[in-house]
Amino acid sequence: MDIANALVVFLNFVFIPAAAYGAQLALGALGVTLIYGILRFSNFAHGDTMAFGTAVTILVTWGLQALGVSLGPLPTALLALPVGIAATAALALVTDRAVYRFYRVQRAAPIILVMASVGVMFLMNGLTRLLIGVDEQRFADGARFVINVRDFKAMTGLQEGLALKSTQALTVVVAVIVVWALFWFLNRTRSGKAMRAYSDNEDLALLSGIDPDKVVRMTWIIAAGLATIAGVLYGLDKAFKPFNYFQILLPIFAAAIVGGLGSPLGAIAGGFVVAFSEVAITYPWLKVVGYLFPDWQPGGLLQLLGTEYKFAVSFVILIVVLLFKPTGLFRGRSV
Amino acid sequence: MSNTRQANTSSRWRAPLLFLALAVLFVLEGTVRNAMFSGSWNTALGILNMGLISAITALGVNMQWGYAGLFNVGVVGFLALGGLAPVLVATAPVDGAWQAGGPRILLGLALGIGTLALAAQAWKRMARGRLRGLVLLAILIAGFIAYRAIFDPAVIAIEANNPARHGNIGGLGLPVLLSWAVGGVFAAAAAWAVGKVALGLRSDYLAIATLGIGEIIVAVLKNEDWLARGVKNVTSIPRPVAYEIDLQQNPAFQSFANRLSMSAAEASGIWVKISYLSLFLVVLLVVILLAELALKSPWGRMMRAIRDNETAAEAMGKDVTARHLQVFVLGSAVIGIAGAMMITQDGLMAPVGYNPLRYTFLIWVMVIVGGSGNNWGAVLGAVLIWFLWIKAEVWGPALMGLLVLPLPDGGLKAHLLDSSAQMRFIAMGLVLLLVLRFAPRGLVPER
Repeated sequence: MDIANALVVFLNFVFIPAAAYGAQLALGALGVTLIYGILRFSNFAHGDTMAFGTAVTILVTWGLQALGVSLGPLPTALLALPVGIAATAALALVTDRAVYRFYRVQRAAPIILVMASVGVMFLMNGLTRLLIGVDEQRFADGARFVINVRDFKAMTGLQEGLALKSTQALTVVVAVIVVWALFWFLNRTRSGKAMRAYSDNEDLALLSGIDPDKVVRMTWIIAAGLATIAGVLYGLDKAFKPFNYFQILLPIFAAAIVGGLGSPLGAIAGGFVVAFSEVAITYPWLKVVGYLFPDWQPGGLLQLLGTEYKFAVSFVILIVVLLFKPTGLFRGRSV
Repeated sequence: MSNTRQANTSSRWRAPLLFLALAVLFVLEGTVRNAMFSGSWNTALGILNMGLISAITALGVNMQWGYAGLFNVGVVGFLALGGLAPVLVATAPVDGAWQAGGPRILLGLALGIGTLALAAQAWKRMARGRLRGLVLLAILIAGFIAYRAIFDPAVIAIEANNPARHGNIGGLGLPVLLSWAVGGVFAAAAAWAVGKVALGLRSDYLAIATLGIGEIIVAVLKNEDWLARGVKNVTSIPRPVAYEIDLQQNPAFQSFANRLSMSAAEASGIWVKISYLSLFLVVLLVVILLAELALKSPWGRMMRAIRDNETAAEAMGKDVTARHLQVFVLGSAVIGIAGAMMITQDGLMAPVGYNPLRYTFLIWVMVIVGGSGNNWGAVLGAVLIWFLWIKAEVWGPALMGLLVLPLPDGGLKAHLLDSSAQMRFIAMGLVLLLVLRFAPRGLVPER
């Protein structure tokens, strides 16, 4: 039994990628869950909001790179991020004013709002394609690795190497900071408390003099910020392709529902549950098992499901939660 | 659903006039050749045929949304599943494929479904407690291992069978028209499974669950080579109508074409398209007839009562979830039939083509624009939007060229001209939002 090597393989191929992916999903799911909590509908345009924010960030990044600005070892995209967030927030506020407000005032059924969000998704999708095209774009620069395989092997003398990409480390660090700031905002500031009160009981919040328009505006700005950050981190870690941002909608919804729609803490937990299940179920465990039990020769790769079906994992998790605990792990709302 | 759907008086000539305008558009497309229209009956009939298939899909979606207020975001999946039917039913059997692993595949699938059924029964029958969870887990794990042990070798054996040409299980060689019904059955089965889980919860959940099943069905078709060759595509799906090449070589047809003063090639294309058109029209009219009869029956009134006020209907003793499941399965079956028809017309099963923007959301635009809850509205919306969608491919760049005319030549102008193809999505999104906001009852409102 070679536990050290098995552990390194596990960390390298399962734990680190899943942690980074989980952080990205968690940020995305936080946006979905906030909009659900305050505006009370599932926002199908969230994936394309992420794509739009990322596209703007990429364009600004290219501009900065052309000017010769860089952040040294960190990706230049971090400098461009505030511009991306501002543009996305502006777009979100405009869509709210032009589309969602009408139905909110009418107190239309949630499903009508969902449908309107599908229309917004179309629009944003087209806008993103117009801005940047449909092709895959890579925009990560700066240092590629925090730890690379060769150094790690030299350092530890192990047979297996461990690579920690700087984008993965960055993802987790940024996610932690953002989540901390969000919870500080929700729990400590007046506006954050107003948002939570509005989410818990709309009528009571209105009675106590909370301005609903302000709460809604704030929600959109925060959700747009979260979406842009999640999108940029995902794009840095993998690559930017508009269609992938549509596809990531399913894992994000799964994460938000697993945690309980409307519960921020649940969204984070859900993001990691979905990410770890997805990676663990589609990873071929042969190598890890080979180190742990050298005498056992299994027939296959010990892969539970091909990577093509990674979306099926989110779907199955979603189904299981809907079957057994429709309110999610953290008791969100379900009506 | 909003409970403010009151029938207001709209002119009874509205629908016939709109259909007439649509017909004029198609006649223009067929006869006038200028910057806007192609002037070719082949093109016009091609658009119309696909428009009719879209219309049948829209009818299925309209049953779910218009009758019951169910939001299905996985239309593409049910279409794709329906499209599998012509491949499995109508293509010629593949030599050696069945011997290689056919029975084992079926056994494996049966084992998989049996495991799930057994687990569901165990969950229902046993008392709450830790034992129940452990038994459930044991059943699922044992079932999964057994399923993989039987299924995987069978798949490998089938895919190894002449992989360059086949490598799939092959069809049954039955008439292709039969496969249309089978496509409906496939889609209905998938809809039952999804609906069983997601209905009865919040309305958003069905939307999210159907989004998931849609993506998964398309992923299965892309990756399971034994089923329909995956991305390698299945060609030569038999046709229910004549082949152009046979017509062109037939002397009687040649003289027929001469009498119409057309080339044999053009006439044969039109002949084939009209044959399809008649088949599609028959299906469309049968579906509409059944749907209208159902809608006017006590069942239809009950469905609308449930849609307009679920609580009241439930208080009157209606089983809302069961009725929702019923109409969801029926609507999906219609979508599946349309999927099978589409693959039959194309003669090609190419799973990469199943794009949700094109096959789910465009269908939704059709239903909303046409007038949800009204079958004729769904048909009108489908054919109209499909016509505009196709023509926007030509009109979009032309319009863009006009718009950027004042701009100086350079990067921006070139970029805008290049990306005019993307304008279609923006246009469709705008149409959906505008209709939803300003004319939520659509072009032909529900009566």
